[in-house]
Amino acid sequence: MSHRPHLWRWGTAVLLLTVVCAWLGLMTGSEGLDTDWRWSDPIVQDIRWPRTLGAWLAGALLGLAGALAQGLFRNPLADPYLLGSASGAGLGVASALAVVSWSGAVISPGVAWAQPWVWRLGLTGCAFAGAWGAVLLTLLLARGAHHSLRLLLSGVVVGVVLGALTSLLMVAVPQAWPVMQSFLLGSTAMIGMPAVVLMAWVLLPSLAVALAMARWLDGLRLGEDTARSLGLPIGLLRWVLIGVLALCTATSVAQAGLIAFVGLVAPHLVRSRVALSYGPLLMLSAAMGGLLLCAADVLARAFMAPRELPVGILTAVLGGGYLLWRLHRQPQRGTP
Amino acid sequence: MKPPASALQARGLQVTLGGRDVLQPMDVSFARGCWTSVAGPNGAGKTTLLKALAGLLPATGEVDVLGVARHSLAPQVRAQQLAWLGQTADGDDDVRAGDVVMLGRLPHQRWWQGPSAQDHAVVQTVMGQTQCWDLRQRPLGQLSGGERQRVLLARALAVQAPVLLMDEPLAHLDMPHQVDWLATVRGLVAQGVTVVSVMHELSLALRADHILLMDAGRVAHQGPCGDPQTHAALRQVFNRRVRVQALGGHWVAMPDEGEGGPSA
Repeated sequence: MSHRPHLWRWGTAVLLLTVVCAWLGLMTGSEGLDTDWRWSDPIVQDIRWPRTLGAWLAGALLGLAGALAQGLFRNPLADPYLLGSASGAGLGVASALAVVSWSGAVISPGVAWAQPWVWRLGLTGCAFAGAWGAVLLTLLLARGAHHSLRLLLSGVVVGVVLGALTSLLMVAVPQAWPVMQSFLLGSTAMIGMPAVVLMAWVLLPSLAVALAMARWLDGLRLGEDTARSLGLPIGLLRWVLIGVLALCTATSVAQAGLIAFVGLVAPHLVRSRVALSYGPLLMLSAAMGGLLLCAADVLARAFMAPRELPVGILTAVLGGGYLLWRLHRQPQRGTP
Repeated sequence: MKPPASALQARGLQVTLGGRDVLQPMDVSFARGCWTSVAGPNGAGKTTLLKALAGLLPATGEVDVLGVARHSLAPQVRAQQLAWLGQTADGDDDVRAGDVVMLGRLPHQRWWQGPSAQDHAVVQTVMGQTQCWDLRQRPLGQLSGGERQRVLLARALAVQAPVLLMDEPLAHLDMPHQVDWLATVRGLVAQGVTVVSVMHELSLALRADHILLMDAGRVAHQGPCGDPQTHAALRQVFNRRVRVQALGGHWVAMPDEGEGGPSA
């Protein structure tokens, strides 16, 4: 079919742009663009490289989660944020931080983010529990995922309530506030090698499971009744993919905080260029999410150097602007 | 072993939604290799009956597909034998027409396998039958209502199931494409396929071999389309506002504004 070359062209473009962004990521330091850099420089190897890689991975996880959510709930507005899973992951992380601070340990932002394995895994575990619980709560409130609008409304409600709980926690345990702030704003600043390895280990199996189920997601595109008439195991598909979605969101949130819109915009950007089946769509959405966050990370560093902009603010402004522009451009097709 | 005479048989089929019997307990059967149209006033339960037969609604009662209890069939086997086309399938706009039709081949594929050469051949054939092969590269969102309906029809035909259920298959289709559809269904029936279709247009419904008339969640009548009793039942079901007449060798339903009136 003739969409193959189109797909390759697109994939190559995304790949090239990613390489350029990664290169810029290695070049950009706290003083802005640093043209005189060498790979052997410890700053490049220990700070800029893991940070760039981590930004890509966190973005890819969000892009994949977004594409899965949109396919599973057959709603172009579904994303990890609207289903409450990101807020749940945020609450999980906040609870962990609050408990640690309350127990008397002093955690400076730097230490909290750059801590090694146990800490990272624990934080990710808390985030996963939070994300999973939030999605279950959303599904419970919506009485199942059958009704798209009810599902999204429940997701919004759960998101708001859990967000409020997170704020309450911060007021109650003010010691945790400095660390928490960078979480809530979303930041790629402190991603170290352990976080990178962890995200890679989550991304690869998640992508494999998602790709194995991609054809069922395609079947779901004509509606649940048609999918079931085709003999697809919708129940199994839903539970497995909600699990993958929660895991991807939680892993990303635990390393990089609440980064808005990447999960929503990445699949949209891919869809707006090529009509694809879910296999390539999932892969390209992950690649696109990675590219977006990688680019946003470079911008966040360079924009007000030597001061750094939290990357979450940047993605919210740029992603929100993009969506508004798309809705404005296609009013007849912009309805959810 | 002698094949059962009815392709689809339901016993005590009943659907209750929100405490209301949308489908009263009923026994229905559809003869093998026949085209049966389902007609009746709005809200009579036609769509519900089709969904209940396809197993897409929580329903009580037994349904046999080609002589085998439907619940004892594995989902994939059931999907190969019983195809269903819904009313106004709200498709994703970004999916290509050709990919939509290929979905109809899913029951014939293992989940790790891609489409085979045979699958591609079937897709080309059915898209030719509904005249949408030229649309195969276009996303669904860019098609007109009629073009979209032809693509969805091709999707249902692509399953190549021996029993085909269609809900309002002619919606949005213009007259030439309606005639094409009639020819396609005739061809399928000649090959032994059993077709059940909900039809809004009564004159087209009367082109079928049999007609099943529904009213208020019940079967009001089931019989051959040429039978005077069927015509009387049709008139009854539609509140005496319809008259059936022969025209050019076919039965046609006409609006009857005569002495009847809503109270008659």
